[in-house]
Amino acid sequence: MAEQRTIKVDYMARVEGEGALDVLIEDQEVKDVKLRIFEPPRFFEAFLRGRSFMEAPDITARICGICPVAYQMSAVHAMEDACGVKVDGPLRALRRLLYCGEWIESHVLHIYMLHAPDFLGKSNVVELAAQHPEIVQRGLRLKKAGNEIVALMGGREIHPINVRVGGFYRIPTPGEFATLAEKLKAARDDALATVAWVKGFEFPDFEQDYEFVSLSHPAEYPFNEGRIVSSRGLNINARDYHEHFAEEHVPHSTALHCRLKARGHYKVGPLARYALNHDLLSPLARQAAQDAGLGRVCCNPFQSIVVRAVETVYAVDEALRILEAAERPHQPCVELRPRAGRGLAATEAPRGLLHHTYELDEQGRITFAQIIPPTSQNQATIEADLRRFIAPRLHLPDDQLRWQCEQAVRNYDPCISCSTHFLKLNVERR
Amino acid sequence: MAKPRLAVWKFASCDGCQLSLLDCEDELLAVAGAVDLAYFPEASSDMQPGPYDLSLVEGSITTTHDAERILEVRRQSRVVITIGACATAGGIQALRNFADVEEFTRAVYATPAYIKTLKTSTPIADHIHVDFELRGCPINKYQLLEVINAFLHGRKPLVRAHSVCVECKRKGTVCVTVARGEPCLGPVTHGGCGALCPSYHRGCFGCYGPKELPNTSSLAHWARTELGASDADIARLYHNFNAWSEPFRQEGQRDG
Repeated sequence: MAEQRTIKVDYMARVEGEGALDVLIEDQEVKDVKLRIFEPPRFFEAFLRGRSFMEAPDITARICGICPVAYQMSAVHAMEDACGVKVDGPLRALRRLLYCGEWIESHVLHIYMLHAPDFLGKSNVVELAAQHPEIVQRGLRLKKAGNEIVALMGGREIHPINVRVGGFYRIPTPGEFATLAEKLKAARDDALATVAWVKGFEFPDFEQDYEFVSLSHPAEYPFNEGRIVSSRGLNINARDYHEHFAEEHVPHSTALHCRLKARGHYKVGPLARYALNHDLLSPLARQAAQDAGLGRVCCNPFQSIVVRAVETVYAVDEALRILEAAERPHQPCVELRPRAGRGLAATEAPRGLLHHTYELDEQGRITFAQIIPPTSQNQATIEADLRRFIAPRLHLPDDQLRWQCEQAVRNYDPCISCSTHFLKLNVERR
Repeated sequence: MAKPRLAVWKFASCDGCQLSLLDCEDELLAVAGAVDLAYFPEASSDMQPGPYDLSLVEGSITTTHDAERILEVRRQSRVVITIGACATAGGIQALRNFADVEEFTRAVYATPAYIKTLKTSTPIADHIHVDFELRGCPINKYQLLEVINAFLHGRKPLVRAHSVCVECKRKGTVCVTVARGEPCLGPVTHGGCGALCPSYHRGCFGCYGPKELPNTSSLAHWARTELGASDADIARLYHNFNAWSEPFRQEGQRDG
């Protein structure tokens, strides 16, 4: 009889949302790996129908409390695409500023509170603080700096209220911008110190051959705009997303996995952005990456914590650059009228590419909505990683193997509330 | 004396309200010093069994499994406090309550048979006794700190029940309805956000749900006759993150 062994994580900790992990080992071979998602569906794409196009940023923000700005950004760009309007100049720069704030807040949350405890053998940030209070204080300061950007540009940190199709509702005053810039200056040092801290962690040797997918823009590290490119030659307009990507049912799972029609699973997120846009990082961020020993491409998902720290340096740098630029918008938003049609857009959420598709009627009512978040795009790659990660570690006792598998999943900073509403899921809980 | 044991639970939600606790950058370590974080999976892999002294519950009930799980949370907890619009009113996902959930399932999922969900999204207080409800989508983190602090000192939380309108007046914000002709739910919405939207030149859209005894019909009438808002616009405004709370539910249905 075959010798069977099952490794189960019934409730994944230190990830956003409700997920579990099942690994089946038979005769010293990994037979099955399932990242199970039991987060209940909320049906955003269904109840968005009939709502006004102007409500999309406010409603889709509620998909995720950690990255609401990403949902708002993809929504406004898709709506502007549908209306045939382009938001440019200082308004566009301020959207970038807002996005910088979310990257900082989300990356620092993951680095200090969710991921670093794994490398240091702690179960949470409070245990970490007991041993290294000054390190945790630095993380909290840096996270707060990101939140302050979002709070000024967005009105509040979670579910901002100032993002509008066409621009913003109100542009902050010069005094408010100046105060923010002052607070951010110290954040640059904290971000650099973060890179120096995480580069010293011990990383398992786990280089993988990924197809990386991210936005790419000729002049800037991507946030809101660019073509969708990959490390294996994909180069398309965001409007053509559905021609190249498909959601597929795989036999071992009830979850839908996104695949590149031509080649299968792929990877989005910090490692992908970094590999495809390295030269567009600011000189300071590039230097920080080099000092951390990163090459131009990093293929070890365990080192994603270092790449997140480098991107945090970039986001602080970029926010300061935008704040120092003198030109401010004359109007908080551009005039626009809805029209019947289809709008598509992708932006770079902290966790990777986030694609929205909408169809509107002539009054601007939404008739169709489809949202593809980063975690559902990464899910097939997470499972593939786990299979390869576990195989040489079968000799480990269950509890150690379980701990390391959880850590391998946390490399992705999965956002389960996001992905759930768009995945096929089985709500059975064992 | 042992520190009170805190548990943080998630039901159908976006995680934003429990994130508010981690967003208390200046106070987090002080809170962690005053309580024992016994169960908080979002932040800690050390998940200890109950009983707990204080349970913070985020999210709404949308599956039979969760309807059972919340009973267990109640059994294990001395005090249960619900946080946010999902837990206190059913959240944005309660829009299914006005629709055919099977049609919703077909619209989003290619294999509807895999989806096991209730026809409704309901607040926690529909299922168990709740000791205190903190409103908001998301909650205000300072109000959350006040609620935890009040619990630690055995007193009633000082969370005011006045409207967003009152908060605008206190801040000296110019009325967006009067000055800009924007429809605004400020007069009927529970305060707590600090009248954020009007200070950003837009009307309130009801994140904190209805205040006590709101005159929703009068406000709807005013928006219709004075601002030229359509019935559909007014219905949409009421049917947002707190759509299933009684006064907003009824007003939205009257107008829709």
